[in-house]
Amino acid sequence: MSAQVDRRRKAERIRTLLETEGETVQENVAHLNQGRYDAMERFDDFEALRTAAREIKAEAIENLPTLIETLRESVESNGGTLYLADDAADANRYISEVAASKNAETLVKSKSMTTEEIEVNAALADVGVEVWETDLGEFVLQVADESPSHLIGPSLHKSREDVAELFNQVFDPEEPFETAEELTTFARDYLGERIREADIGMTGANFVLADSGTITLVTNEGNARKSAVTPDTHIAVTGVEKIVPGVEELHPFVELISKSATGQDISQYVTMLTPPVDSPTIDFERPDEPLGSGDGEREFHLVLIDNGRMAMRDDEQLRETLYCIRCGACANSCGNFQHVGGHAFGGETYTGGIATGWETGIEGPDAASEFNDLCTGCSRCVNACPVKIDIPWINTVVRDRLNRETAPSELSFLVEGLTPDAEGSLSAPKRFFGNFETLAKLGSATAPVSNWLVDLAPVRTLMDRYLGVAPQRELPTFQRDTLTDWFESRRPRLPNADADRTVVLYPDTYTNYVHTERGKAAVRTLEALGAHVELATPIESGRAPLSQGMIATATAQADAVATDLDPYLAAEFDLVVIEPSDLAMFRREYRKLLDEDDYERISEHSYDVMEYVYGLLSNGASTEPLASPDAPVAYHSHCQQRTLGVDSYTEAVLDELGFDVVTSDVECCGMAGSFGYKSEYYELSMDVGEALHDQFTDAGDRTLVASGTSCTEQLTELFARDATHPVELVAPDGRT
Amino acid sequence: MSTSVTQRFESSLTDIGVSITRTESEAFASTLDSVVTEPAVGVPLEGYGGVSLSDTVVETPPTPRLLRTAQTGVTPVSKAIAEYGTLVLDSDAAGTEPVSLYPPTHVAVVRESDVLPDVESTTDHLAERFAVGGSSVFASGVSATGDMGALVEGVHGPTNVDVVLLTDQ
Ligand code: SF4
Repeated sequence: MSAQVDRRRKAERIRTLLETEGETVQENVAHLNQGRYDAMERFDDFEALRTAAREIKAEAIENLPTLIETLRESVESNGGTLYLADDAADANRYISEVAASKNAETLVKSKSMTTEEIEVNAALADVGVEVWETDLGEFVLQVADESPSHLIGPSLHKSREDVAELFNQVFDPEEPFETAEELTTFARDYLGERIREADIGMTGANFVLADSGTITLVTNEGNARKSAVTPDTHIAVTGVEKIVPGVEELHPFVELISKSATGQDISQYVTMLTPPVDSPTIDFERPDEPLGSGDGEREFHLVLIDNGRMAMRDDEQLRETLYCIRCGACANSCGNFQHVGGHAFGGETYTGGIATGWETGIEGPDAASEFNDLCTGCSRCVNACPVKIDIPWINTVVRDRLNRETAPSELSFLVEGLTPDAEGSLSAPKRFFGNFETLAKLGSATAPVSNWLVDLAPVRTLMDRYLGVAPQRELPTFQRDTLTDWFESRRPRLPNADADRTVVLYPDTYTNYVHTERGKAAVRTLEALGAHVELATPIESGRAPLSQGMIATATAQADAVATDLDPYLAAEFDLVVIEPSDLAMFRREYRKLLDEDDYERISEHSYDVMEYVYGLLSNGASTEPLASPDAPVAYHSHCQQRTLGVDSYTEAVLDELGFDVVTSDVECCGMAGSFGYKSEYYELSMDVGEALHDQFTDAGDRTLVASGTSCTEQLTELFARDATHPVELVAPDGRT
Repeated sequence: MSTSVTQRFESSLTDIGVSITRTESEAFASTLDSVVTEPAVGVPLEGYGGVSLSDTVVETPPTPRLLRTAQTGVTPVSKAIAEYGTLVLDSDAAGTEPVSLYPPTHVAVVRESDVLPDVESTTDHLAERFAVGGSSVFASGVSATGDMGALVEGVHGPTNVDVVLLTDQ
């Protein structure tokens, strides 16, 4: 039963974070996320520069060994030193030696995740060097003795009140601090003193230029500038992946990083230092001598950290993690992260969606096991990432690797037969959620008994205990008559003689066994608009196993789908899909699962059902046979549908038919496939859903409409009334 | 420099809260004196034609004490970026970097001919600098933080930035 205990603990931890940090995190992260959307909107070159940035990173990582050597020559010819550290211990040893050689007593640091990764502060404390964080967020954490909760806003889980309370307690000022101004002034003066006294300044680097040895720091406060040039000795610590060839390659990143991170067009300071810098040394002990007149000399050390990165470079799946510029946009765009923050959604050092890649590469996959499940694969981060990393895929790959490490549960007989052999060592819940299709077939074949059965309290208790299915959730009601049964019952039917389009409709598992009405509505709508419709064989697309990290099973299902669709696509049928998460499989994930030709063909010919309706209407089909509005609508588009950019078609069609529509703009409904069904994530899922609920509070009795099954279920639960798929709204009346 | 680039520069500065004062070389000293708050410290305007800090209230050369006590730091600017109101500050032995950073107000003297349209158009300048070991900073507006629970301006860097634009250079 220990798995259930684990799940309870996890649920408890998440609950505590939701209560203590959730609100502040949500406010700050949502603000950053909105800033990014606004900045992208203002900036025409965004897509072109993302493409350029990705290419630059891909090439730089490919040529990394050469770039390191070029950089070494540049740094040395400038008069600095480059040290390539194998791991954290090696880096810390070198840094401690430099500190010892300067008889350093104090060191000031500007914000750097890489130094968090190697825990340099502790290493320096061990050799008697006092370290001060000069970034205000990092300073707050240093005082509070906490770890960062966000890549760029390390203390964004703390509100002004939290910081005031902390500072009042620790620094005991005569007048208690209250406002953000007071706190900032105090911290600035306090740290200003530390900077003036410091023997060494330490910074990270956002980008390093190989051909000149220039390091780039992107900051807002000015502390990095001060830390780098006030003490005579400067140590920059950064990962090897930060190197780009030269200044030409820097430009896209300067444009992208702040817009992605905070929504600023450009950060306050983009500092490009080619150390040792020309700026004069500053000796505060000789206050009236002109700057630079003392005998101080500038010294510079660049410590490049490998710490698992070169191995990541050799790992085909993890490699693109190294393209990451740590802007935090993937965290900001993530529904789960917005609610729970990096203390749950993060590992030893790194937070957010990409943390899975970083932690796995640096510490090993186990470091990601605690939080990796928080990525639901909703894909909202995919368009946010300035270097176009497929973050959900990295999460899937690591989940797959973790699955393979887990010892088979002694309870796996419960779900025996649910999993193909390819993934024999899976835990019972993974098998259960990953094999929804088998379950659905069984449930449908035995309906309504299966539905009565799972409604029984003792059964739900067992499902919670052994399978991790949240007892609060209503389970899908399986239909005895599947969509396929209905479709077959309409035969024999001749091809529609007037049809100018031929369509193969994909009956996803939910549509076929649970929500058959939306399938029938889709068929009737397409036919009414003049298309001839055939139904593909109901084979699960692979979405369910993929969401559990079962890549082999997903691949086998993708192959089966491809084989089934082949004759249709060869005959130039258009593939129409009702469930957005399956459309996303066809258009996105199949790239990873199928060979290129199959992928190209399926992705190119697949359409969201409302996208297709829009197309038919634009090509002259009459709206006349379609239903006219009988009530106003509140529409929530699906996360993956938005990533694919097809959500607008639904709105356009509803508009054209005269519906009065309000829409939501939350990133995800919180249900995200099977995520919201899991016992340990139920509360988080409902917390995320709350945001959606809030957006529709004024919706009154509008018809609730959502494109995805999970969104439909979540809306139903949140509002305690039914939600429907848009195609059911527009479908012509009639049952056959 | 085309007027549209200058106009863009001016409106970008306004957007990020930086004031701008236009002047011609002849009136520079009196204009500058009207802009700075004393005590003021400055870096000589090397290479600027016919203007100098020597007949102004600005003290040179910078010393550690002046860095700490001056209300205003006056520096040259090598390039400016119209699109974002960015000042390109080249680090030099005279102390442009610390003088633009330590005092609460930074007054940047910009020649209109140095205003470039966008970030990309500064690449040549940067490439030249870096090739000879030089360093530069893009500074856009005042230093700021949100780390104390609300946006606060003037953290480790200046709280005010003012531009004096030399329209005849
Ligand atoms: S993965 Fe992409 S979006 Fe996430 S932090 Fe890295 S660069 Fe930013």
